[in-house]
Amino acid sequence: MHPFGDTITDTEIRALFQAAHGWEARYKELIKLAKQLPSLPAEHRLEANTIHGCESQAWLLSEQDETGVWQFHCDSDARIVKGLMAVVLAALNNKTSAQVRAFNMETYFAELQLLQHLSPSRGNGLRAVVEAIQRTVAG
Amino acid sequence: MIPGSAHPTNMHMAPDIHTLRRDFPTLAQIVNGHPLVYLDNAATTQKPQPVLDALNHYYRDTNANVHRASHALSAQATQAFEAARIKLQRFINAPTPEQLIWTKGTTEAINLVAYSFGMHHLQAGDEILLSTLEHHANIVPWQQVAAATGAVIRVIPLTPEGDLDLLAAERLLSTRTRLLAVSQVSNALGVVNPVRQLIAMARAVGAVSLVDGAQAMGHLTVDVQALDCDFYAFSGHKMFGPTGIGGLYGRKELLERMPPWQTGGEMVHSVSFEQTSFNRLPFKFEAGTPNIAGAIALGAAVDYLTGLNRMALAQHEHSLLEALITGLEAIPGVRIIGRPDVRVGAVSFVMDEVHPQDLATLLDMQGIALRTGHHCAMPLMQALGLEQGTIRASVAFYNTHEEITALLAGINKAREFF
Repeated sequence: MHPFGDTITDTEIRALFQAAHGWEARYKELIKLAKQLPSLPAEHRLEANTIHGCESQAWLLSEQDETGVWQFHCDSDARIVKGLMAVVLAALNNKTSAQVRAFNMETYFAELQLLQHLSPSRGNGLRAVVEAIQRTVAG
Repeated sequence: MIPGSAHPTNMHMAPDIHTLRRDFPTLAQIVNGHPLVYLDNAATTQKPQPVLDALNHYYRDTNANVHRASHALSAQATQAFEAARIKLQRFINAPTPEQLIWTKGTTEAINLVAYSFGMHHLQAGDEILLSTLEHHANIVPWQQVAAATGAVIRVIPLTPEGDLDLLAAERLLSTRTRLLAVSQVSNALGVVNPVRQLIAMARAVGAVSLVDGAQAMGHLTVDVQALDCDFYAFSGHKMFGPTGIGGLYGRKELLERMPPWQTGGEMVHSVSFEQTSFNRLPFKFEAGTPNIAGAIALGAAVDYLTGLNRMALAQHEHSLLEALITGLEAIPGVRIIGRPDVRVGAVSFVMDEVHPQDLATLLDMQGIALRTGHHCAMPLMQALGLEQGTIRASVAFYNTHEEITALLAGINKAREFF
């Protein structure tokens, strides 16, 4: 288990980044967040869980419980990408499909001043992760 | 050793780089709050004003289709388009202009040879010799040829320094070798390969040779007759010209024997529904309306380059790379990938504990543009055991020592994050 979507939600992330002045502080926060996201055990780092379209390696594992709530697990070998994943998980983890669909990721990333990482032209694969989550909850 | 040589007619003084930079409008901008430090020249180079002017002038004042000169604009367009071909011919010292075929770039030039020569002249058991350093563009087309013809791909390995292992190349070459396809300069590591020697070795066993010149043209003086290669492929956008234009030089006897690989308009002599006779060289390989503006603007890039003291600029680039290597060696945890005998253009490195992509992101925030990853050379990265790829800084003559200092400072700043 990880704290994202549980003790660290998008509210905490917004507060964290509001207090972070300048790009250096923001990226230091991302790296700290990455440290709080546990690595995916090797048995889950499978081709089936791989997110393509990344310069780095990235994995996404999705589970839905009987009440319809999703648990997402992400990992990347690049730390900033992993921190960005934690930011996404803070917003989408522990939510139902309807809640995931209702969340505006663009507005959120714009507010955090990290919107450039959601661009389809970026090689970091963050957008691919978000799209994979959206496809998963769409069933 | 410092590669490159002066253009014989341009022995004027070493240019002032800060003045020269004003020719490149793209360089003068602020990125993420910092002056742009553009060190991704192996991916594409910036364009000097004369290239931008040539594109603009063509579309504003001339725009007409070529080789259909029944009106004044068409005649002007054709004249400028063919004049550009002659500029490129002279730039690489090809014997005649018709041996210079316009393509979209290096990839299309290699595909032309793969489909028109490889598919027709190779058969089961024939061997294609590549090198570990090759870009995917000089691997995948040959895999297609091998799959279709039953030919076999052999690969020249590297020495621990990152140079091609010539003794191994000697052993790999045999009468079964029909084609040698190697890069003159490695895009991923900046290694300059001894292509002249390799071509001679290939010729000695009766093999045809192709040189991928994508990374060479912007840095070295290229002479296809001195190299004695059968084919030479290059891209305009890596030599300060536009994207979507490049070329293939070919030995005349080979080009004449090769069938067209793309068909349509422009490349035909006469067409009826019963039969078609194909146009002469180079047009038989230039189906459809070509990238006229691109070719003319590439000609402008050649004019621009030949107007510079390229010997002095090559020395300047060399001093940038020396400063970069010295600076990188002083940063704890940095490992430079490849220590070749001769290097131009690029330095690849990795950093302990820092993923190349993370470093690139933190450098981008400081306005520094470079490339990370496998550099379209996955077999090379596998051979080097670099799963995460490398960070590559690649220079052009317009880069400055201040920019190298900014990169080194940027890397040191990035280290503080981890």
